[in-house]
Amino acid sequence: MTRITRRGLLTTGAAAGVLAASGLPLRAQAKRGGRLRAGLGGANTSDSWDARTHSDIFMTASAQGAVFDSLTEVAADGSLKGELAESWEATSDAKTWTFNLRSGVTFHNGKAFGADDVIASLQMHVADGAKSAAKPIVETITEMKKITDTQVQFTLKSGNADFPYLLADYHLLMYPAGQIEEAIAKGIGTGLYKVQSFEPGVRMVATRVDSHYKGDSAGHFDEIEYIAINDNTARMNALMTGQVDVINRIDFKTEALLKANPMVRIQEVTGNQQYTFPMLTNVAPFNDVNVRRALKFAINRQEMVDKILLGHGRVGNDTPIGPANQYFNADMAQTAYDPDKAKFYLKEAGLSSLDIDLSASNAAFEGAVDAAQLYQASAKAAGININVVQEPADGYWSNVWLKKPFCACYWSGRATEDWMFASAYEEGVPWNDTQWGREDSERFQDLLIEARAELDSAKRREMYGEMQQILNTDGGLVLPMFANYVQAMSTKVQNPETVGNLWQMDNGRMAERWWMA
Amino acid sequence: MPPVLKIILQRLALGLLTLFIVSIVIFTAVNMLPGDFAQAILGQSATPEAIAAIRRDLGLDQPPVTRYFVWLGDMLQGNLGVSYAQLNFQSNMGGANLKTVADQIAPRFGNTMFLAGVTAAIAVPFAVTLGVLAALYRNSVFDKAVNISTLTSISSPEFFLAYILILFLAVLNPILPAISNVYQGIAFQDRLMATLLPALTLTLVVTAHMMRMTRAAIINLLASPYIEMARLKGVSPLRVIVKHALPNALAPIINVVALNLAYLITGVVVVEVVFVYPGIGQLFVDAVKNRDIPVVQACCLIFAGAYILLNLAADVLSILTNPRLRHPK
Repeated sequence: MTRITRRGLLTTGAAAGVLAASGLPLRAQAKRGGRLRAGLGGANTSDSWDARTHSDIFMTASAQGAVFDSLTEVAADGSLKGELAESWEATSDAKTWTFNLRSGVTFHNGKAFGADDVIASLQMHVADGAKSAAKPIVETITEMKKITDTQVQFTLKSGNADFPYLLADYHLLMYPAGQIEEAIAKGIGTGLYKVQSFEPGVRMVATRVDSHYKGDSAGHFDEIEYIAINDNTARMNALMTGQVDVINRIDFKTEALLKANPMVRIQEVTGNQQYTFPMLTNVAPFNDVNVRRALKFAINRQEMVDKILLGHGRVGNDTPIGPANQYFNADMAQTAYDPDKAKFYLKEAGLSSLDIDLSASNAAFEGAVDAAQLYQASAKAAGININVVQEPADGYWSNVWLKKPFCACYWSGRATEDWMFASAYEEGVPWNDTQWGREDSERFQDLLIEARAELDSAKRREMYGEMQQILNTDGGLVLPMFANYVQAMSTKVQNPETVGNLWQMDNGRMAERWWMA
Repeated sequence: MPPVLKIILQRLALGLLTLFIVSIVIFTAVNMLPGDFAQAILGQSATPEAIAAIRRDLGLDQPPVTRYFVWLGDMLQGNLGVSYAQLNFQSNMGGANLKTVADQIAPRFGNTMFLAGVTAAIAVPFAVTLGVLAALYRNSVFDKAVNISTLTSISSPEFFLAYILILFLAVLNPILPAISNVYQGIAFQDRLMATLLPALTLTLVVTAHMMRMTRAAIINLLASPYIEMARLKGVSPLRVIVKHALPNALAPIINVVALNLAYLITGVVVVEVVFVYPGIGQLFVDAVKNRDIPVVQACCLIFAGAYILLNLAADVLSILTNPRLRHPK
């Protein structure tokens, strides 16, 4: 029997029809009303409605997930659909994009939404002195032109087939032009919920907008209340005692206790969240591809998933492209623990044994030091002596990551292949944590540029597949595991069959997609 | 000048000096921690350019001594400054809508004072009554039981007591909420309900100290000749203690109460975390984590101020309860 993956299912049109048909009755059960109380970890006393600063789930779920909208939206199944944009088209070189905006949309303060708002909202990110995590995305736009009130044209520096995907980024929210400061102060967007009160790091309450362009298909709650609960145990207590209806970030160690409660159910999705061990490919001995291959065969990935993630994840295959990506190469042979092969590659490198340092701290990910020690034990059988250097958590990202030749790291992954590769695998980019460049693989860098401007989906799949294969065999990345997003909810809360796996909590959109039974 | 007033003024002046020293110590200590605000806030996205830009914007590239005196100058004009986190986004916000440290701390401090107030309202009468009763029935089973139970509760970690109370009062008998969902504009009785569980936890933590001091201070006096006299003329044991012993034992009791009240304002971060109570402790810990020195400094000054003022109040009250000190020859 061939295993049907969710992605695979979606790519074949006929099967997609089946899914849509089976999805409809489920959707129809969604019922309006009630109050969603969510206890969310990932809140900060410095939180604000300024999307340029958003980085954690409390604000992304509050802003993009409820109060604000973007031009496009990544649906729960990973496909792209319009949010404030109705449709879009590109020229054949993927350089000029025209977006048709939804008409008749108003902000919560009554202002009508139009092309000017799009341009002003995007320009926020490249304004002088502005600090925005989405700056690299907006910087690729050389010109933004208002054609009509409901049509905007973007000209890019170079072709980018993923451009509409990038606009779904949670930093790129639409604010009312000319009132942006006020909108940031009060939280004025076009989303399904209107802010009632917001105390940074404490609580956010919003009520459903009476008439919204998404109509009855989304936003099923009358009111939502997000409570900041950063402590794992307190979050669990709140759910167990019925003070909140949903919580995020379940501690794997106490998951069994939650499972024992009949009023609670666990939701678990595998996305792109990845725990990694990058090595700098321009530093000896990691500049030798055979050493890198030896290290790839010297790690026991399944053991890591079992012992570090307690089973809440899947093994990785040394490519940052994960199961939440469109062109995830699921056919690639899985690199397995094989000390003999590791020894073989060590010999190819002209070495009989190898002594290296591995820097780790739990700042990289929960259990990173334990994972490094597991790696140490499994590599020993292959004649590789890993010395685990426990680094201080303070300043880990400034002093260890990108500096020490071999260390522990995590990535939350990116929605598209190009975005991920352009963040960390394109020659010369600042976060290239394996110093991966043309010296290592001309082919990879060529494919990266070529695939970016390619609009043909089948060709892109082939190219991205090949790039993942290159990283798998030659890359400087050891990616032993993808960690699941685990969240829990009262049995009163219902969700559609497919839940988004790009970010936690249905991509932060639980207020939009879930409902009270 | 009445001697009490003189003492108050002297102590206030000393208090200011203490605050000054505290601010230097805290500033130095935070500066000695590895990493700074720029590194803490950028985390994984720290590039040398980004760190340099933030340091330049916030003046973190200035030498620490300069930064301290700039802060001190503002402070003396009553300006606690703006937190680094807010300043960092000034370039985004255009200067408007910036929250000052005072804006950030005020609601949190209000919550902390409310929790401390509720706890004090329960714990102080409770502890003093228990102490008096324990002194009255000293060495009885009751005395021993009170001692053992209060000592057990003070010896247990706060989070453990909190979870025990959650188990009995929120999970097994859902009477009180397990988390304190307190927000601005909440109705008073809702606020009280939400605060009760953390307040009970803190009551368990502070009772033993106050109760044992009350008991010890009273028993200490029971051997005095004037108590002997009262007993000989046939005054009942309860009356001996309440009417004759307690007023003379007030000074040490007041001191212990003040110390515990100061603890309720400054040391309850663990209880805040367990109950998700939005008090000042949580804000303080966040600020230390992010090396947000203006917020850390402001919180420390409040903490130090609370200790100084409560100790001062305790000393003044001790004097007022003691006629010999009130009317020195």
